[in-house]
Amino acid sequence: MNDTGIQTTPGQGTKAASPRQSLILAQETPFRRFRSDFFDSKVATTAAVVLGVIIFIAVFAPLISPTNPYDLATVSIFDSKLPPGSVSLDGVTFWLGTDGAGRDLVSGIFYGLRISLGVGMASGVIAMCIGATIGLAAAYIGGRTDNLIMRIVDIQLSFPAILVALILLALLGKGVDKIIIALVIVQWAYYARTVRGSALVERNKEYIEAATCLALGHKRIIFRHLLPNCLPPLIVVGTIQTAHAISLEATLSFLGVGLPISEPSLGLLIANGFDYMLSGKYWISFFPGIALLITIVTINLVGDQLRDVLNPRLQR
Amino acid sequence: MTAFIIRRLMQSIIVVAVMSFLVFGGVNLVGDPVEMMVSEEADQQERERVIRSMGLDKPWYVQYGLFVTKAVQGDLGKSFVYGEEALGIIVQRMPATFELALAALLMAILIGIPLGVFAGLKPEARSSKIILTGSILGFSLPTFWVGLMFIMVFAVMLGWLPSTGRGETVPIFGIGVSFLTADGLAHLILPALNLALYKISLVIRLTRAGTREIVHQDYIKFAWAKGLSIKRVIFVHLMKNILIPVVTVLGLEFGGLIAFSVVTETVFAWPGMGKLIIDSIQGLDRPVIVAYLMIIVLVFVVINLLVDVLYSVLDPRVRVQDVKHE
Repeated sequence: MNDTGIQTTPGQGTKAASPRQSLILAQETPFRRFRSDFFDSKVATTAAVVLGVIIFIAVFAPLISPTNPYDLATVSIFDSKLPPGSVSLDGVTFWLGTDGAGRDLVSGIFYGLRISLGVGMASGVIAMCIGATIGLAAAYIGGRTDNLIMRIVDIQLSFPAILVALILLALLGKGVDKIIIALVIVQWAYYARTVRGSALVERNKEYIEAATCLALGHKRIIFRHLLPNCLPPLIVVGTIQTAHAISLEATLSFLGVGLPISEPSLGLLIANGFDYMLSGKYWISFFPGIALLITIVTINLVGDQLRDVLNPRLQR
Repeated sequence: MTAFIIRRLMQSIIVVAVMSFLVFGGVNLVGDPVEMMVSEEADQQERERVIRSMGLDKPWYVQYGLFVTKAVQGDLGKSFVYGEEALGIIVQRMPATFELALAALLMAILIGIPLGVFAGLKPEARSSKIILTGSILGFSLPTFWVGLMFIMVFAVMLGWLPSTGRGETVPIFGIGVSFLTADGLAHLILPALNLALYKISLVIRLTRAGTREIVHQDYIKFAWAKGLSIKRVIFVHLMKNILIPVVTVLGLEFGGLIAFSVVTETVFAWPGMGKLIIDSIQGLDRPVIVAYLMIIVLVFVVINLLVDVLYSVLDPRVRVQDVKHE
């Protein structure tokens, strides 16, 4: 990424500059500034690392979980509801205990994270694409279209997300595709509002005027010129909305209107444990909940730090 | 002011109309109502009889017209499960939900505002930082899981408080309420606190931000300089100006409380509307689902309207802006 010879990273080893000097000499690029600002905060760094681990677990769950909780051949009903740290008949240790069907909770949580994160991120990305396009269109076209779109956004946002999702799922039924549709419908309005806000400011700037003078197509101006300059707030809202989506999916699945039993997300694991809670078997609900909590908190912390770093008004 | 209210009212009516259309469309056109009504063994004749009796042989706009006419008269069909008017069942359950929501709102105000003002007046104190961290946690914790943990700790482990139902109720104007009996109150504490947790965090943040902004204003400095007592400065000068955003947000959030009571009611088996809708969705009790959706839309539209009007009364700038906007 460097243009001149002096700025080399330590590994590349220019003889003249010691690693330390080269670090000081390194040119400040927006990405570098962003990186150093972001990792300035210890809390945010920790959160980012933990989040990285969570995503790693979610992606590689089948490879790293101690057992496959959904392989009926290895699950034994004799192991059901064992407290954390127990050892099964075949000598497997269940560090976090087992659930009502004798499945290892560590493995269950790993697989659950996979589903929860998958649904949250998929709905977040789709909602971001749809919402950003609508928001950009509203800001770019303006006038009545803008008015109408923003009225719809306002009205939708005046209903709590959980209620809208519940209504939709009551009508649509259970399923991975259905909960993603519901989450997208719930979330697009947040993205649309955010993008429209920053696009309205950007639209009146000179580079857009220049692009218009060059007679570039509307599509090109919107997606190549306007969109990149509206990205920072979009990224921030995207992170925080993804955390919301994960929490919302867990809640809906817990209520029994979200994912089907065949897709055991964290919410469903917690719901399963609810049945055993009154007999004092806390771990079946407790540990999946902790996993959910850590996921949500780290995403929120990363999002908070992104907002501080990407906000030009707070730039040091 | 009148113009403002009329415009908001018009908007509300449009929202209700659109939502009635969506609910009707969603229930009758997307799903197959005949499938839900008729058992699988029914023959063709039986199916046709049901189709005719439900008016499903008519074009969709006639069906929609019928649905609206009946809905306006308060007839949203009979529950398959309870065999009673769907609307009646929901209205019966309503007081329980409202009681829970109001109790949570009260907790949010009584706990949130003092903590927020304190954290705002002494931003550097250690206790303020604990309050703030607590509020961040309150935002992130999933309500249903906190509810489960409350039950785990306070009902199962410590055995202090009951975890299910409403307890003993006392009728006031023919409506049963829990908060007047010791037993009912004990049943109310856990669900209400669970529901309030998110709002407490919200109120703390709002009040803290408001306080920090306002303590630097000249009139507060002047009030201190005049030698007014702390009590007077905080309760008269500070509070008045913090309360505007807090009242608005709490008003808006009252709707959120009713929405989230679905979760809390399910966890604590609180016999309100929220538990009813979850049971009905699982039991495919279509008339109750439709009735619930229409009522909840109506409740929300009314709440939003009231908040908008209240806001414009409290803060005249809103009204002016809205007129200028056109």
